[in-house]
Amino acid sequence: MDFDLTEEQSILKDSLDRLLTDKYGFEDRKRHMAAPEGWSAQMWASYAEMGLMALPFAEADGGLGGTPVETMIVLESLGRALALEPYFPTVVLGGSFLRFGGNDDQRAEYIPAVADGSLKLALAQVERNSRYDLHHVETTAAKDGEGYVLNGQKSVVMHGDSADKLFVTARTAGGSRDEAGIGVFLVDAGTDGVSVRGYPTQDGARAAEVTFDNVKVGANDVFGDPENGLPLVRRVVDAGIAALAAESVGVMSAMHALTVDYLKVRKQFGVSIGQFQVLQHAAVDMFVAIEQARSITLYATMMADSEDENERGRAMHAAKAEIGRGGRLCGENAIQLHGGVGMTMEYAVGHYFKRMTMIDTTFGDGDHHLHLLSAGGGLFAAA
Amino acid sequence: MDLRYTPEELAFRDEVRAFLKENLPEDVRQRLDNGEYGNKEDLVNWSRILNQKGWAVPHWPEKYGGTGWDPMRQYIFLEETQKWPAPQPLAFGVNMVGPVIYTFGNEAQKARYLPRIANLDDWWCQGFSEPGAGSDLASLKTRAVRDGDHYIVNGQKTWTTLAQYADWIFCLVRTDTQVKKQEGISFLLIDMKTPGIEVRPIVTIDGGREVNEVFLTDVRVPVENLVGEENKGWDYAKFLLGNERTNIARVGMSKQRIARIRELAGKEMSRGRPLIEDPRFLEKLTAVEIELKALELTQLRVVAADAKRGNTGRPDPASSILKIKGSEIQQATTHLLMQVMGPHALPYHDHDIEGSNMPPIEPDYAATAAPSYFNYRKVSIYGGSNEIQKNIIAKAVLGL
Ligand SMILES: Cc1cc2nc3c(=O)[nH]c(=O)nc-3n(C[C@H](O)[C@H](O)[C@H](O)COP(=O)(O)OP(=O)(O)OC[C@H]3O[C@@H](n4cnc5c(N)ncnc54)[C@H](O)[C@@H]3O)c2cc1C
Ligand SMILES: Cc1cc2nc3c(=O)[nH]c(=O)nc-3n(C[C@H](O)[C@H](O)[C@H](O)COP(=O)(O)OP(=O)(O)OC[C@H]3O[C@@H](n4cnc5c(N)ncnc54)[C@H](O)[C@@H]3O)c2cc1C
Repeated sequence: MDFDLTEEQSILKDSLDRLLTDKYGFEDRKRHMAAPEGWSAQMWASYAEMGLMALPFAEADGGLGGTPVETMIVLESLGRALALEPYFPTVVLGGSFLRFGGNDDQRAEYIPAVADGSLKLALAQVERNSRYDLHHVETTAAKDGEGYVLNGQKSVVMHGDSADKLFVTARTAGGSRDEAGIGVFLVDAGTDGVSVRGYPTQDGARAAEVTFDNVKVGANDVFGDPENGLPLVRRVVDAGIAALAAESVGVMSAMHALTVDYLKVRKQFGVSIGQFQVLQHAAVDMFVAIEQARSITLYATMMADSEDENERGRAMHAAKAEIGRGGRLCGENAIQLHGGVGMTMEYAVGHYFKRMTMIDTTFGDGDHHLHLLSAGGGLFAAA
Repeated sequence: MDLRYTPEELAFRDEVRAFLKENLPEDVRQRLDNGEYGNKEDLVNWSRILNQKGWAVPHWPEKYGGTGWDPMRQYIFLEETQKWPAPQPLAFGVNMVGPVIYTFGNEAQKARYLPRIANLDDWWCQGFSEPGAGSDLASLKTRAVRDGDHYIVNGQKTWTTLAQYADWIFCLVRTDTQVKKQEGISFLLIDMKTPGIEVRPIVTIDGGREVNEVFLTDVRVPVENLVGEENKGWDYAKFLLGNERTNIARVGMSKQRIARIRELAGKEMSRGRPLIEDPRFLEKLTAVEIELKALELTQLRVVAADAKRGNTGRPDPASSILKIKGSEIQQATTHLLMQVMGPHALPYHDHDIEGSNMPPIEPDYAATAAPSYFNYRKVSIYGGSNEIQKNIIAKAVLGL
């Protein structure tokens, strides 16, 4: 077993951390949030320049041939900065559709554009009644000549208002909760019949409600098997969960660092409050939760590219449940230990807490994944 | 021993319910039920309706407008209005400064302030905390120096809830710097219109505008606005904080939120069925209900003991239990309510940005779920943090 980063991976981590330390302080972030798109086009360009967008793609497709470890490094750093740019929906989710579901033509057409930062993507999957079930799809895709016609409505499409193109899950056959009969379609956001209503999210990022009203897509906009696209969706979402776990580690460590600093400088009763043992122990509980989150993230990262859907799924359920639990513990303690200051918009720690909370509502909260993992026989019995 | 309400108490409960049904506008009830921030106008209107009925300040002595209800009836009234839900009285006047004035104030102060508190003619805010004096409240630095018939006040208060609406602020100020810190504090009533007072908003993490910084620069306060004796303010503050603690259990409010969780979990779908049918979710909710039932009985035990003993003005240190458990339950229920919304908790509904002509993002009742969860982190921080409450129990009850 080897837990060390390679030299190249260390360089990636250091240079991204340096960029974010320089350019993505809390005040910078406020400015980026206030931009019309809700994030920084300049930072986006810097990420592209560093090669972050090309990272996960095969060299043969014009990428840098990175593994899930590189994605983990990037997301942890972005999490520590609470970065707002649409890296996750474009490169992690969209990129995974291209990598795992794209045919030669599709990869050739889209990967170079993602890799150079010119194409932004999003995933339109959640629906009003789907809650966290990937197979609950009411949006329809009716066969229309060589292509399809899409009708339906998607909710909380992360960065849906920035995306040039949307990956959409839609039903080609069966009832709304059937596992079969789900297809994946790439739809240009400017197509007739697509309407996008963007809004800010609780954690300061952006999302959109997207409506599809008789939207025509061609045969070459279909990704994977249109009759059986669920395994592809699962694979992409699993890659997403591993990345969110990594982001969580960044978010949790940043709020822990802020909290420990605060315990040292805040004085009450003539001493720094870090002298109170009950607060020391709370900070230690946070530390333990972060290390557990980091370990489970490594496990998820190792499994992220696995072809074995069951084995991969179990790792993701475990990771999402663990970061859900530990993330909440960290966030709530971080606020509590700051006292009133933690409750203010002006101070960073609350923003980490909100991001952590919203990560839990993305692709299934901790309870949801605990349920799926236990229903599937748990973690060890299956081994 | 009998843990049931008497027939008279049940009749009283029905009377309260009938009054609420008759007198509280439905739109006000709905806004509160939906978890929206209370607004000033609704509270002022409701306080006046209550005052007309003679129910604005039930726990006050009758000669100052109280109802003469025994503690059990007061409790029933509190719980019923919270469960309904009706706007809760402005605590800073009704539960905090009012009792301080009728207990420690002079006749002129009682006559001047108490009727206006009961009718919410004066909006009061609480000027205790300072940037350097939170849990260690006694270390406060705001100075009041005697100058003829006035005190000249200089300093800064912070976290002052709803100071943006306030006509008056009651402040703890330092009047003697030479003695032990608790012994040099006085309790002053200050008109917010006095020159030298500046209120600056602090936005909370949920986007709410409920707290403020209050800066006081050479503020001239008539000496007649001193409550009780100079340098005895700490005693009055402890009396006041003890009252605050009992009110912070909020059993009725948690019952209302649980009803709301059940209602909305019946609308939100999970695995193709209403979420409320999910046994795991139900078990989590039920576990909170058990805690709440026990807390209700704990609170009733405190109420009954109070009734037997007569109000000594000295809170039982065990009332810290109410604060700890009450805040934990409020936080658990706001978290559950957010969980009900699933992915739909994510959108931030900012009416300022969107303009009122946009239809709400569906479901509209999800709008307050995450903000309430964020906002309710405050309940284990204010009114004496939960760590401080545990210190009190360890010391005063356990003798550690
Ligand atoms: C099953 C068992 C096997 C053991 N085996 C061995 C052995 O093989 N060799 C050996 O040398 N010892 C052994 N011990 C003894 C063990 O190391 C002591 O029990 C331990 O150090 C605690 O000391 P104590 O029992 O005197 O409790 P105390 O030290 O009196 O502690 C009582 C309580 O106070 C808490 N406490 C104490 N100090 C602090 C502090 N500064 N801050 C916060 N909390 C504090 C403790 O956590 C504990 O909850 C064993 C004990 C047990 C129960
Ligand atoms: C939303 C909100 C509304 C408020 N409204 C008002 C108001 O209207 N008027 C007013 O005067 N004040 C108000 N407050 C202030 C509130 O009373 C203080 O926030 C509270 O007393 C804690 O003080 P602090 O924020 O300075 O935290 P600190 O005292 O700095 O505490 C930071 C952390 O240290 C812990 N801690 C401190 N001392 C100890 C100890 N001895 N042992 C163990 N742990 C300790 C605390 O529990 C907390 O976790 C409000 C606060 C909030 C958040």
